[in-house]
Amino acid sequence: MLHLIIFLVFGLICVAGAVNLLVQSHPINSALSLIAVMASLAVEYLLLGAEFVAAVQVIIYAGAIMVLFVFVIMLLNAGVEERTSGSKVAVIFGVPGVLIGSALVAWVLLTRSDTNPVNVGALPGDPKTIAGLLFHDFLLPFEITSVLVLIAIMGAVVLASHPESVQQAKREG
Amino acid sequence: MLSVGTFVLVSIIKTVIALVVLLTAVAYSVWLERKVVGHMQNRWGPTRVGPFGLLQPLADGAKFLLKEDLTPPYVYKPLYIAAPMIAVVFALTSIAVIPVGNSVSLFGITTPLQITDVNIGLLVVLGVTSLGVYGIALAGWSSNSKYSLLGGLRASAQMVSYEIALGLSLIGVMITAGSFSLRDIVDAQGGTFLGFIPRWNIFQGQFVAFFIYLMAAFAETNRIPFDLPEAETELVAGYHTEYSAMKFAMFFMAEYANMITVACLASLLFLGGWHQPIGSEAWMQNAPQIVQAILPIFWFALRIFGFIFLYIWIRGTLPRFRYDQLMAFGWKFLFPLAIANLIVTALIVALKS
Repeated sequence: MLHLIIFLVFGLICVAGAVNLLVQSHPINSALSLIAVMASLAVEYLLLGAEFVAAVQVIIYAGAIMVLFVFVIMLLNAGVEERTSGSKVAVIFGVPGVLIGSALVAWVLLTRSDTNPVNVGALPGDPKTIAGLLFHDFLLPFEITSVLVLIAIMGAVVLASHPESVQQAKREG
Repeated sequence: MLSVGTFVLVSIIKTVIALVVLLTAVAYSVWLERKVVGHMQNRWGPTRVGPFGLLQPLADGAKFLLKEDLTPPYVYKPLYIAAPMIAVVFALTSIAVIPVGNSVSLFGITTPLQITDVNIGLLVVLGVTSLGVYGIALAGWSSNSKYSLLGGLRASAQMVSYEIALGLSLIGVMITAGSFSLRDIVDAQGGTFLGFIPRWNIFQGQFVAFFIYLMAAFAETNRIPFDLPEAETELVAGYHTEYSAMKFAMFFMAEYANMITVACLASLLFLGGWHQPIGSEAWMQNAPQIVQAILPIFWFALRIFGFIFLYIWIRGTLPRFRYDQLMAFGWKFLFPLAIANLIVTALIVALKS
């Protein structure tokens, strides 16, 4: 019972953070809301029993990736975004779309009897299980993903390096 | 199993004790630092308040509380106020999973000397410390001052960079012990080789990891020689330039609490935690209860004191890095070294099993 209450509280924080992320006009507030969303998601994972995923969620997403987001916002000193009132399409189609979508999901979940909800602490999420899955059952996809990430890093390095300075270094060296 | 009421009561008592001890330790680390650096520089350090200046932390605390809390104009107020709180909250949170000794029995209740024993304890500490950088980064940004901003930028880049080397250096220890739980890692380090060398991880082939950890930890806590975020000769005081009174004190507390957390981790992971440093622990079986409870805490505290002293010693000895040297050191030296250590450790463990 206590677990369910905590789960619901953090679920609410998560949704509120996501809404706040869209509503805020200053990028740093949006970034902080995203951090709140990720941190509360980590708590949800923890409550479901996926403790390793929860820890990684905090370390990687909240602790590293979002630090870089905040870093870039600080570096560019991005100010308050421009407000445009032109996007009426979003209001006319977007809001009813979201409502219909969530109603559909709720209807499917409520009417179908074979969708059992996951119990608190039911997911097999301890580090040993995850390690077995990653390094034994799904080793090939894991390695291919790592190569993909490496290619992305190399692409970023190429994009970030100034071609003029490289040519100058070649001429001098 | 304990009942829910007893569990809550015991947890609250443990939390209060841990926080009081931690904050006292923070206050007296500041005193120790001023005293030791003073003697290293041929001065006396604090002497006026109490014998040997021992009441200086109280005087400092009263001063921080009573000084005017200035909020400069043009700061971004919500984050300017929240930033020191974020820093100090995350610095104090990680103590929750750090064990300080064996279990104790008191009034018929047996409880481990740790606020909570989670089996991913090490990852929790890493996660919480990685969130601590927001306090510094947001303080730098929301102050709306160029020195603060530069300090905040330096801090976030430096802490993200060194976190990688720090995390990788810990993986070797995890592989050797086969667990993420800090208590299991310490338990695996009991006993001796050949009768006199303790089975600490540093003697189990993790000495390279220990030095990587030590250097990365100095950078993570923004201490000399890596205190670029608050380099006073370049940036006035870095990210906390615009802060005064209690808000400034919160950053100070966060820095010293982080130092203590890092020292706790170092002694738990590499130096055998609360195990007796010399000789066999067999005599402890027959010792009275109180000795069995207190002595491990004493050994643990001794190691932490050693680390704090090392921090201060290095502060009194080394000059500050240049920023490009700092980044090159982290990425081109510590990072590859940590990966090499990880691969070698994994190979050795795999060949042994």
